[in-house]
Amino acid sequence: MTMTVPARTLRPTPGQTVGPFFAYGVEYDRMHQVVDPHAPGAVLLGGTIYDGAGDPVPDAFIEIFGADSDGRVPRARGAFRRDGHTFTGFGRAFTNDDGHYEFFTRAPGAAQGRPAFFAAIVFARGLPDKLHTRIYLPDDAAALAADPFLASLESEERSTLIASRPTPAQLQHDIRLQGEKETVFLDF
Amino acid sequence: MTSQTAAAPESLLAAPDQATQRDITDEIGRLHADLERREQAGERIRSTVHDFPAYRSSLLRHPTKNLKLVDPETIELLSPAFGQRDVAAVESDLTVQHAGEPLGERMTVAGRLLDSWGRPVANQLIEIWQANSAGRYIHQRDQHPAPLDPNFTGAGRAVTNASGEYTFTTVKPGPYPWKNHVNAWRPAHIHFSIFGSSFTQRLVTQMYFPGDPLFALDPIFNTIWRQKDRDSLIGVYDHDLTSAEWATGYRFDIVVDGPDATWFENESE
Repeated sequence: MTMTVPARTLRPTPGQTVGPFFAYGVEYDRMHQVVDPHAPGAVLLGGTIYDGAGDPVPDAFIEIFGADSDGRVPRARGAFRRDGHTFTGFGRAFTNDDGHYEFFTRAPGAAQGRPAFFAAIVFARGLPDKLHTRIYLPDDAAALAADPFLASLESEERSTLIASRPTPAQLQHDIRLQGEKETVFLDF
Repeated sequence: MTSQTAAAPESLLAAPDQATQRDITDEIGRLHADLERREQAGERIRSTVHDFPAYRSSLLRHPTKNLKLVDPETIELLSPAFGQRDVAAVESDLTVQHAGEPLGERMTVAGRLLDSWGRPVANQLIEIWQANSAGRYIHQRDQHPAPLDPNFTGAGRAVTNASGEYTFTTVKPGPYPWKNHVNAWRPAHIHFSIFGSSFTQRLVTQMYFPGDPLFALDPIFNTIWRQKDRDSLIGVYDHDLTSAEWATGYRFDIVVDGPDATWFENESE
């Protein structure tokens, strides 16, 4: 299918920081439990968000959107009214006072021939606009190596996008907003 | 790897240097002039700049490398699906969440959620949060000595209808003092969190009110460096949205950003 995309007619509304007091505005019940923590196959995805001085960021939040374990993108409603079994793929987690965030979710399946990842967005006080990134699963080394986007990065950049798996039911992924090991952030 | 202990979040709110408003206003002017020069020299500069030192909390929190341009994959071209089950209708009225009526200027804030091609974005979630009419947030870390209002929390949600329209009922927030510099005040604003039809379109922004004298003084508003982009965050007084002896009204239309690949995604839905 080759179709031409027409010119955009409207200027996008610019983003702004979430500021310091987002918690009561965007919090909702079980927002970081994309799946029930005790559900079969649940993984704990967690990590710490750091600033440019290496200090944890205690007033940030991160959102993830991930495919189901079969690779399909969830289309079910209900991310804001968890019923304990519908998989919506979306979760939101605040960092705690140690800068740590965590989700209970499913490891996404891969899209055809691609390495699997969670789409992720970081928001924070002091961050003037959202930051998109990806959290790749570490398991399929061949797919990671074959991915043209990952291949276009320097190896130290690439490693900022790939989670580690300390145990089978755990994914560990830190995010660095600034500095030597700055996480790769994305523009589309 | 050493694991550092975090500072208490409230201890981070005051910038260490406590510059004067004049210093900050001058810095904003210099930053805007420099961005203008860079754009004229051919650089592509985002509408909101991450590196904006006049906003002191951003110093150690903004990325220093250019964002990597990437083709969005399917998960990024779709969005979490929302519907009425996610939000109760009453959540869009911030004046009925308590036993009594909140103090302040009651108003309707309404608008349309559109994509870059002007097409309505239906069934997507909008969350808002704001200070009360005295400029006080209910958040525990907001300790400035303006009164809390027992009848106002300041948070609401709505799902856009088939035409991309949303409506909130609330009260006008007051200006809010913060610790970016000495005697710093934020222009009155409502925080908006918006889901588009693709995850790439996710947007968190702030809506302001016409004629606020604090615009030129505020480093957060001015992280948006072009006048026309800042203007797009100012709600428009709309007499057609008012109700006699009840509420004033402001229109705030929101445009989520491309990318081109979303043109097809939206077509097929």
